[in-house]
Amino acid sequence: MTFRLALRLGDTSLVLGQRLAEWVGHSPALEEDLGLANLSLDLVGQARLLLSYAGEIEGQGRDEDELAFFRDAPEFVNLTLAEQPNGDFGRTIVRQCLLDAWQLEVYEGLMSSSDTRLASIAAKAIKETRYHFRFSSGWLVRLGDGTEESHRRVQDALNELWRFTTELFAADEVDDALAAAAVAPALAVLQPRWLARIDEVLQEATLVRPPAVPYQWHGKRGVHTEHLGHMLAEMQHLQRTYPGAQW
Amino acid sequence: MSNDWPLYEVFIRSRSGLEHKHVGSLHAADATMAVEHARDVYTRRQEGVSIWVVRSSDIVASDPNDADALFEPARDKVYRHPTFYAIPNEVKNL
Repeated sequence: MTFRLALRLGDTSLVLGQRLAEWVGHSPALEEDLGLANLSLDLVGQARLLLSYAGEIEGQGRDEDELAFFRDAPEFVNLTLAEQPNGDFGRTIVRQCLLDAWQLEVYEGLMSSSDTRLASIAAKAIKETRYHFRFSSGWLVRLGDGTEESHRRVQDALNELWRFTTELFAADEVDDALAAAAVAPALAVLQPRWLARIDEVLQEATLVRPPAVPYQWHGKRGVHTEHLGHMLAEMQHLQRTYPGAQW
Repeated sequence: MSNDWPLYEVFIRSRSGLEHKHVGSLHAADATMAVEHARDVYTRRQEGVSIWVVRSSDIVASDPNDADALFEPARDKVYRHPTFYAIPNEVKNL
């Protein structure tokens, strides 16, 4: 069970980190290029810790690289929101803000996990996640409360991405069992806090929260949108072509 | 985009107790963003524990054309350096 959780958290960080890395060399400004790359590297760092731990729990000799580069899309269990394409800078910021706020709640809950390894990973990750949220929420306010065009773009992105947020707090048997064992926080408890945090940002950004969408995506069960496969093809290409290649 | 943003000068304190030092400049829409940009651009390799930013346009600088008038007179006054004193043996940590 803890293996599933570590894999889900690790995959979400890895996929989101890879998405942000796609901005390198393409950001609207040099300063943002470095900013997004920093976020990306933080997330990949989290993924390394989480996937390494997942590999240890599994006990079949798979290390972080094996898990990152030699699994196909259906074996990835990241949140569907994380794999959504970057779009424009505003859309990337919307996706980032929604997931940063989610990670804030999850890591905060995990800091008191009965699993000491997860607790220590969360204690390290929460510091950088606080900065991530400051970065993404700051930008969301600037863009939402910015020009007519920036407002329209981020509102459109929010409308489009909101349907993936149902999955963020939809608990399945893994989540329930881990919450009962005090390994992970109960997602139902986190949801109102996340929503309050997001509402506060949206209000300041003069954005309208879209209505809840009942349909739920199942990225964390391995059912993905078509975007993940394309992303993995690029991310895994080198290791698949030259297995075991070292930097 | 960054061309529309004003320029900020960045000062970083590398360790507690040391002074802030000028490390470079960057573009940002306002002061808050400038601090975040400075964090991302100039402290990625643990260079600092504190950041100052100031609008480049707010810095009042001496005119290079005045350099002779300002700095030349000090050139032949080596006695202003405190190097002519014999330091007593009893004094440590000077």
